[in-house]
Amino acid sequence: MEEKAIICKELTKQFGDFYAVNKISFEVSKGEIFGFLGANGAGKTTAMRILCGLSYPSSGTASVAGFDVYRQQESIKKNIGYMSQKFSLYENLTVLENIEFFGGVYGVSRKEIKERSNDLLETLGLQKESRKMVGELPLGWKQKLAFSVAIFHRPKIVFLDEPTGGVDPVTRRQFWDMIYEAAASGITVFVTTHYMDEAEYCNRISVMVDGRVEALDTPANLKHQFSADTIDEVFYQLARGAKRSAD
Amino acid sequence: MKQLFVFIRKEFFHVFRDRRTLLIMFGLPVVQILLFGFALTNEVKNAHIVISDNSGDVQTLQIINKIRASSYFTVEESVLNYKAIEKAFRRGEVKCALIFPAHFSEDLKHGGKTQVQIIADGSDPNTAKTIINYLTAIITDYQQQSSSSGLAYRIIPETRMLYNEEGNGSLNFIPGVMALILMIVCTALTSVSVVKEKELGTMEILLVSPFKPVLVLIAKAVPYLVLSFANFTLIVLLSVFVLDVEIKGSVILLFVESTLFIITCLSLGLLISNATSSQQTALLLSLMGMMLPTMIFTGFMFPLENMPWIFRMISNIVPAHWYFLIIKAVMLKGLGFEYIWKETLILIGMTIALLGIALKNFKIRL
Repeated sequence: MEEKAIICKELTKQFGDFYAVNKISFEVSKGEIFGFLGANGAGKTTAMRILCGLSYPSSGTASVAGFDVYRQQESIKKNIGYMSQKFSLYENLTVLENIEFFGGVYGVSRKEIKERSNDLLETLGLQKESRKMVGELPLGWKQKLAFSVAIFHRPKIVFLDEPTGGVDPVTRRQFWDMIYEAAASGITVFVTTHYMDEAEYCNRISVMVDGRVEALDTPANLKHQFSADTIDEVFYQLARGAKRSAD
Repeated sequence: MKQLFVFIRKEFFHVFRDRRTLLIMFGLPVVQILLFGFALTNEVKNAHIVISDNSGDVQTLQIINKIRASSYFTVEESVLNYKAIEKAFRRGEVKCALIFPAHFSEDLKHGGKTQVQIIADGSDPNTAKTIINYLTAIITDYQQQSSSSGLAYRIIPETRMLYNEEGNGSLNFIPGVMALILMIVCTALTSVSVVKEKELGTMEILLVSPFKPVLVLIAKAVPYLVLSFANFTLIVLLSVFVLDVEIKGSVILLFVESTLFIITCLSLGLLISNATSSQQTALLLSLMGMMLPTMIFTGFMFPLENMPWIFRMISNIVPAHWYFLIIKAVMLKGLGFEYIWKETLILIGMTIALLGIALKNFKIRL
């Protein structure tokens, strides 16, 4: 049987009468790029917070990297990487200091940090900028660096929350190359996005509407199923039925 | 442990790269120390006074009654020996003592001229000066009354400012400025530094990491603890070498008590950072919510004796008020721990409560 990185069964998060996440079930295989789509307010962020070990579900079960979301949050945190839509490096630290800091926080040894950061700077072509403040880098570079930092400690799964917001198309393309590379090295990628062209790059995508997963398949199958030419159309067909207003 | 070290190092980078904040931090004490040299004078009401009447005759009783009748003083029971008077001063129970010599009325009858001694608590120079002026005025008034009735008495008040013989006005505000500066540096800067991470989104990353949230708070607090120490030392040095203030008590005790207060302030800062999500709000809350009460309720700018009871009650919940009392006692009066253990205990209690709430709330937010 194929190894599963994430398993969700009937996962629910309830705030009073409000079901932010309503009985969602899905599985993500190891090394898969899994697109997690949905309009604002559909419950993506809430679901992601549970999977990252930041909040507890109300009911249902889920395991991330083989660890239970109720009892093993600490182990989950050690085995995942995370990058959010907000730029998440320190602007008044240098490139190298940022790498050293996040590496250190995840308990990577000093020697390892040194080796890996050399490789990383070389791959990104940032050797000359390594002593520059991150704040001085252009946004595209920052995002690529942020992604590299998120997978610096070699996590099993990396969660990307709208990682390419505000980035130009060329850099986005490069960014996705990095995602493919990471996936090829065995890291499972769990990504949310509002760009439907990006959704096409995913192995499989799920679309959340009003707290439920309304569709889940490969982009090609979904287009076929909804007899649409693009994922964009699929998304509109599904999202039109939403009762919740976007926040 | 290694992770904590990495984190603290990062915090130091933040602090030292923010030149503007550093300038504020170390420029502020200098400016304030120099500015507050011009302290304000204020009216004092119901100052506690001990009267030592060694003469006990008509004239002294008349003067005592005049003092009783004025709204400025609350007369404590008469004490006769000097030691008891000094004890009352040390405990801060009285602000002033008036001593009639045994030969008071005899001198008046035979020579028409005598002396009284007025001793005031000079560690609070504004209040002391004001009290001395009031007492002198009452005695002068009595002289004029007596001379109009045909007897020309001359009473010469001999005054002493205890703990501060020269009436050095800068003494009293130094503990106040200390409290103020530590409050600003610790509370405001700590809260801003935590909220900044929230605002930038890096807090999210930290929470997702295996790094313990409580350690985030500790790592944030350490650089400001160190800087506050530097700041405190700067204020002490400025006071000693620029304002010629002598540190009467134990310097070690001064540092220990200040460390306690710094921790109190850090806890307050963390509490504020939990309650707010933008840097502006955090700063505003720290400045308005903390600095203003510190200035008003410690008693270094405006005498607490003069405030309505409700304000005096409020002053009791302001941590800086207790720190001010401690520093005044140690630095200016040279008193030991046995005189300030009560204040210290209150401060410790406040710190534990604040830190407890801050840590608990921080966990809930996850």
